[in-house]
Amino acid sequence: MSAANATGRGASPLKRFGLPALLIALALLFPFLDDGLGLGLMFPVIVIAVYVMLALGLNIVIGFAGLLDLGFVAFYALGAYVVGWFASGHFNQVSISFLSTARSISGGSPAGIHISFWILLIVAGAFTALCGIIIGAPTLRLRGDYLAIVTLGFGEIIPRFFQNGDNLGGFNLTNGTIGIKSIDSPGISILPDSLSTWQRFGTLDLNPWYYTILLLVLITVYVNIRLRDSRLGRAWVSVREDETAAAAMGINPVTTKLWAYALGAMFGGVAGAFYGAFIKSIFPTSFSFNISILVLCMVILGGMGNIYGVILGAIALQGINFYLLPQINDWVHAIGESLGSPLLAGADIPKYNFFIFGIILVLMMLLRPEGIIPNRQRQEELHDDSDAGGDALGGTVRA
Amino acid sequence: MPEENGGSVANVLEARGITKAFGGLLAVNAVDFDIPERAIVSLIGPNGAGKTTFFNMVSGLYTPTRGRFVLTGRDITKMKPHQRAQMGLGRTFQNIRLFGTMSAVDNVLAGMHVRLKGSILGAVLKMPGVRREEKEAREKAHALLDFVGLRGRETFAKNLPYGDQRRLEIARALASDPKLLLLDEPTAGMNPQETARLTELIGRLRQERGLSVLLIEHEMRVVMSISDRVTVLDHGEKISEGTPTEVRQDERVIEAYLGTARTG
Ligand SMILES: Nc1ncnc2c1ncn2[C@@H]1O[C@H](COP(=O)(O)OP(=O)(O)OP(=O)(O)O)[C@@H](O)[C@H]1O
Ligand SMILES: [Mg+2]
Repeated sequence: MSAANATGRGASPLKRFGLPALLIALALLFPFLDDGLGLGLMFPVIVIAVYVMLALGLNIVIGFAGLLDLGFVAFYALGAYVVGWFASGHFNQVSISFLSTARSISGGSPAGIHISFWILLIVAGAFTALCGIIIGAPTLRLRGDYLAIVTLGFGEIIPRFFQNGDNLGGFNLTNGTIGIKSIDSPGISILPDSLSTWQRFGTLDLNPWYYTILLLVLITVYVNIRLRDSRLGRAWVSVREDETAAAAMGINPVTTKLWAYALGAMFGGVAGAFYGAFIKSIFPTSFSFNISILVLCMVILGGMGNIYGVILGAIALQGINFYLLPQINDWVHAIGESLGSPLLAGADIPKYNFFIFGIILVLMMLLRPEGIIPNRQRQEELHDDSDAGGDALGGTVRA
Repeated sequence: MPEENGGSVANVLEARGITKAFGGLLAVNAVDFDIPERAIVSLIGPNGAGKTTFFNMVSGLYTPTRGRFVLTGRDITKMKPHQRAQMGLGRTFQNIRLFGTMSAVDNVLAGMHVRLKGSILGAVLKMPGVRREEKEAREKAHALLDFVGLRGRETFAKNLPYGDQRRLEIARALASDPKLLLLDEPTAGMNPQETARLTELIGRLRQERGLSVLLIEHEMRVVMSISDRVTVLDHGEKISEGTPTEVRQDERVIEAYLGTARTG
């Protein structure tokens, strides 16, 4: 394989178009499969897709630009709260509606701000991108461990802010630990009545949700590929590789990094906005530090910097979380009951998910540190033991 | 472009009173330096004389303790490295600093970054202007690799042979269309044939591209054969300056090189 494959050029047409086309077709048909076979997997699959988007967002920051961000959940939360604020009855002092599906029982305009979900997706993306820049800016001079610690701090601050933001000088911005409830459903009201489940997304038919997040994921993947192969994508890799040399070549490290923060945050925010509408109620505790780590694990497990690897990592870890662990739990309970062992019959396997992820990650680091589907460049970096000695700037430092 | 200091139209770079102190050590001490347009100027001196430190100040990686730089008529003393590169300064490093896990072509394309205009939106939407620009950039990158005589285009830079890495660094520096190119010991570690080829290449940079070159070089044959002017640093001070012949005959230079004046 040549280096060109790492950037998508030069791959065989079958690999370039055939496999993605097949996977997209499969994804499009999944609801029918789920329905026909009675799998009942729509809900977990939608959540997995949300995490795919999150992981792809974080991949821009960590995988492409090499900035170890441990507080990515902040953008997920901010995106969700954008939908919470502007598509619910939370701000009941006012009554503003715009292209929303929300109706009040009395027929008048409902209390709170109700803006179309589709507009809010864009607003959430723009808002979190801005937050990405604001949060990223103070960290620009930091590298490696220091950057990780500061971003970790931001990841903690944001949920705390939502938790304590119910009385900001008398103003209830976030409703504290109670969170924001009854978030409006998205919908496409111009559709004919025969497509009523699309006019207003409900909880019985999950297909509209599924196709919406599928579209969002596909857009995310496409944009990621385009970015990776662009002028900015090259700048990211060069700053990741050697910031000083990149600057000497005319690449502005500051804007290059800020773009990574902004674009990564944007996808995190849009994922959060979708999730908020899907789950209908958001609480500060839904955005704990664990999520930052979970998404980071997805990126590392799948293969930092490799778009397909990251998708696989997200599917694998959330698949374990939602499907495998409950399944194993049932088996263990069944075994426990037949053996008459109360320990096994009452075991709560999903509780140990982070323990299991930890083991997977340790094993991965030992056996295949570059991830399941490695990025060629990252692989080279990890297996590089020929570190050039001497002062990095070429000076002859004598102790 | 308006000239700020009327008298010296023909200088690409002017350095005035450049000083750099590392703690108590004066690595570079009050050095004045001019590089005329289309000139090849060499900076020589014993190990630790302060040559690389001077380079790093020109390209903005170190801030001078005192002194100022004027590049093509503009004071660049307070500019960031990437701004200087945008203004037309290209450089290589004494210890090669390529983007190791990028292909040779991508290294050159990264060097071309400032000359490309493609926006992020344009790249995402595959707008025709951006596609055309990328295509042309790629062709230009290949032409540059031809120019420096490099063949392994798609291999990762770090896997190239040493001499090729040096050539690739030059191609990457040329990609930003610099007016002044700084080369820090470009022939280090090269065999005599490679050295001869590189010397010829540096000559062509001026003839074919109208560049000025500031060269740090230990190989005296290279220095004497292609330099218009030579400046000699020792212990951070400029001890001699002139044509190669003048410098070769300068007592102080001979002293510095033979080490008779050295105390430590
Ligand atoms: N970053 C630094 N911090 C402290 N001292 C430095 C630094 N860089 C260089 N020096 C010191 O400054 C002096 C000049 O170093 P410099 O690298 O400029 O020499 P040079 O002329 O390039 O030598 P060589 O021919 O060996 O490359 C040396 O004494 C060196 O130890
Ligand atoms: Mg040096």
